[in-house]
Amino acid sequence: MRPVIRVSAIRKTYGSTVAVDEVSFEVNNGEIFGLIGPNGAGKTTTMECIEGLRTPDRGAISVLGLDPFNDVYQLQERIGVQLQQAQLQKRIKVWEAVDLWASLYRRKASEGERLLEQLGLSDKRNAWFMTLSGGQKQRLFIALALINNPEVVFLDELTTGLDPQARRAIWDLVRGIRERGKTVFLTTHLMEEAERLCDRVAIIEHGRIIDIDKPASLVNRHCPERTVTLATDDRTAAERFRNIPRVEAVICGDSQFTIRGQGDDLVTEVIHCLSENRIRVTDFRTILPTLEDVFLKLTGHSIRD
Amino acid sequence: MLRGLWKLTWIEIKIFLREPLGAIGTIVIPVLVFLVAGRIVGHGLAPTSLAASSFITVGLPVLASVLIAISAVLSLVTIISIYREGGILKRLRATPLRPHTILTAHVIVKLLLTAATLALMVLAGKRYYPSGIHVPLFGFTIALLISTCSILSIGFLIASIVPTARFAQPIGAVIMYPMIAVSGLFVPVEALPPAAQVVAKVVPLTYAVSLLEGIWKGDTWWAHTRDVAALAVVFIVCTALSAKVFRWE
Repeated sequence: MRPVIRVSAIRKTYGSTVAVDEVSFEVNNGEIFGLIGPNGAGKTTTMECIEGLRTPDRGAISVLGLDPFNDVYQLQERIGVQLQQAQLQKRIKVWEAVDLWASLYRRKASEGERLLEQLGLSDKRNAWFMTLSGGQKQRLFIALALINNPEVVFLDELTTGLDPQARRAIWDLVRGIRERGKTVFLTTHLMEEAERLCDRVAIIEHGRIIDIDKPASLVNRHCPERTVTLATDDRTAAERFRNIPRVEAVICGDSQFTIRGQGDDLVTEVIHCLSENRIRVTDFRTILPTLEDVFLKLTGHSIRD
Repeated sequence: MLRGLWKLTWIEIKIFLREPLGAIGTIVIPVLVFLVAGRIVGHGLAPTSLAASSFITVGLPVLASVLIAISAVLSLVTIISIYREGGILKRLRATPLRPHTILTAHVIVKLLLTAATLALMVLAGKRYYPSGIHVPLFGFTIALLISTCSILSIGFLIASIVPTARFAQPIGAVIMYPMIAVSGLFVPVEALPPAAQVVAKVVPLTYAVSLLEGIWKGDTWWAHTRDVAALAVVFIVCTALSAKVFRWE
């Protein structure tokens, strides 16, 4: 697959603060790529360098074969951008914003009204920007980012500050953007969002990329621990569980068991043991590590700290 | 590149008129002040008095024009800084919209509002002018356009560098209003103390006032080439400087 975005060894400093340091990665055509990390990790700076809004001190960036610094206007025709904490004029109407944005691009714009309908904003088309809710504003910004039918869409902290319901609705919209064959580059500090939405993620901290891969691969690589908890009255169970390969610990409660081990096969092995020995269970749960755990392991602290 | 200019200008006009104090503050109030001032001065002095007629026929129209231009500048400074603080400028920058298109749109909006206010004022003030006096409206409009562009460019320079929206209006006012004092509007420049005369020479508003008064009185443009040249220099220097130091965020 041809990379749509290629970032090689960019560095950006503000005064004596190094915001982005030796960052390199590639984003493939048609994927949702997430840059994840805590606030202040360098996500927005990296994204804005790629969008042509900032110039890195050194390093090279290529987007759709263009240089964001020298070919910025050509590039902006072909990308869609949603900025973190952006605002519009307080009293601009929804349809006016869409109409204005559509007029700015040379290429055939998507149908503005249809876009509003798809984003559930049709009944708000005459509302002033200042009267919209947080979720409605974000949906309008998505509409503006899509108005020129872009090949790459940049979404910076898209769901920050939204309630869970609005967040889920936005996730569906982002998946819809990928379905249309576009590449999505997003930043988030929400690990759940990255895990559910992204095909691949890059973890960034203190301006450096720590690791890049599919969310599941990152979890497997850095957090192979698996945990099964189950409930059974079978007295022989504890001994049998200890004999399962790859099991490292069995903790017995009343009739509760917690089985810890390594690797994806642990769950299968436990199920196999249960059925082979006809152990009757009344509860069965698996606890799998998440990107959150990966982040904790790689950086030594939680992303919320 | 003018793509989006007319749409942006039109939308900005509509947005401006939706502001609660927008239209009233910039159009209605100056006209009212003008009417009241005209009435007071007109009644206090005999119609034949030279001072009264000179003030009403020349001073007042020029004063009104300058005040309108300055209030346009202040509102431009404020709007640009609010747009910057709110991230609106940055969002617009992430489109193929060229920076100067955004700025041009705002200048057009301000010029149109200035023109609208002035037209209303001319209509409202007609009753104070004895019929038969020839006022070169077309020439005056051009002179005002030149002056406003020049003053607006100072506004842009201020807008490019003020740190936050809260400071925009006061900083703008502190820079703009003292200019009026030495500009020759109230006291002729020649009657000012020598030090103030030196200041007056470098204040762009002096040339605007001289140009506006002269054209209003019926001078030829030839007599005011110095004023036009000075205003043009101010415009070019301020525009070039603000293009250099303009901050988007």
